[in-house]
Amino acid sequence: MNYLADVGALARKDLLLELRARDTLPAMLLFVVSALVVFHFVLPAGSSDLAATGLLWVALLFTALLGLSRAFAAEREQGVIDGLVLAPSDRSAIWLAKSLATLAFLAAAEVVALPLYALFFHHVGGATVLAVALADLGICAVGTFLGAIAVATRARDLILPVLFLPLAIPIVVGAVGASVVASPGRYLGFLALYDLLFAVVCWASFEYVVSE
Amino acid sequence: MNLPAATIQGVGRTRISLPALAAASLVLVTTALVFVFFVVPNDANQGFSQRIFYFHVSIAITAYACFAGGAWKALRHLWKRDPRADLESYVFVHQGLIFGTLVLLTGSIWAKISWGHWWLWSEDQLVLFLVLYLFYCAYFMLRFSVDPGPQRANLSAVYVLFGLVLIPVSFAAIRLAKQLIHPVVFTLHGPNFGGWILVTYCIAQVAMLVLAYTLYQLELSGKRLDVRLRRLREALA
Repeated sequence: MNYLADVGALARKDLLLELRARDTLPAMLLFVVSALVVFHFVLPAGSSDLAATGLLWVALLFTALLGLSRAFAAEREQGVIDGLVLAPSDRSAIWLAKSLATLAFLAAAEVVALPLYALFFHHVGGATVLAVALADLGICAVGTFLGAIAVATRARDLILPVLFLPLAIPIVVGAVGASVVASPGRYLGFLALYDLLFAVVCWASFEYVVSE
Repeated sequence: MNLPAATIQGVGRTRISLPALAAASLVLVTTALVFVFFVVPNDANQGFSQRIFYFHVSIAITAYACFAGGAWKALRHLWKRDPRADLESYVFVHQGLIFGTLVLLTGSIWAKISWGHWWLWSEDQLVLFLVLYLFYCAYFMLRFSVDPGPQRANLSAVYVLFGLVLIPVSFAAIRLAKQLIHPVVFTLHGPNFGGWILVTYCIAQVAMLVLAYTLYQLELSGKRLDVRLRRLREALA
């Protein structure tokens, strides 16, 4: 249970930092709201609800990307990562805690974005909410992992979307499928499978990302 | 002089010499061309254009083999700490990307002739290949924005291993909602063709694999030479 305590402490650190500095979440909120407004103008008059559903996922994916590119900002700018690696805990705890913190930010942004989407476009069904929850898990697990890779490169913020988008394509397929079809069971199951598979891979290989 | 590291990277590990490999691929590719254009009969449905199949399919399988080789070497790097594995993994992925470009080109040409479009989203295997292609292009972006060293080797290896998971996952994703129009050449009951077609296909497949392996060894020996040269320069400076 030592491991969970480590994860809890690290995640609390990120949430506290955000609470005090308010770096990431306001930007994510503002971005997702502006994106939804832009999408209203992107869609020609009389477009179907299906097109709007697709755009909801574009908005969510890029909002997540915005948060993920900031996820390791403090670690990079203040050299926190060296301290974390030296700490006597399992390295995968760093990834898990960071994923949880990013998940909290993303969920907070979506609590605003989904009702707003329902107001601007059309109503959001239960399957869509479930798909959002499952997709968030995958996005945060994989995205945080790639965020840790990206901060080690020279290109940094530039490279994260390039690394992330090919891996996010299966999430988009499952999420959009779940929000448009009548019986979304298959798609939700697929999303859960994606989350599970990639979470295991990330958890097992994170050590190699931070150690030399 | 700090030279032992250079000997670890030595060139002398190639079991078959490069000229022999090059000669073998020349002979095999020529034989494959002769078979494809002069021996095999025209396809009953698609006519002459179907002959691109021999190259398209064998190149695709070669590209997959290269990506698998890259993943295998990445695993060896992380697991056994094999000092040669990082470079080998990179060269495999590089070859995979070259053959991957050819797959997209030949697939596109074939799609235009058979189905009338250069690109079809309803076509599973092309879409899967495009996703993988983007993924491995990103690998290059990643590799070229990290300074050479153990960290670059680790990051590259971990990312390549993601590809191993991504292949079945995207395949499942693309299969989730679609109709199949790609001709399925291999079923559970073995290849659904025989005679000269099978022989020609096998020759083309072996030719492409040997060609890829030759290019792999060629690039690898060039890259190793580069590393040794840099080490020597550093030692002399």
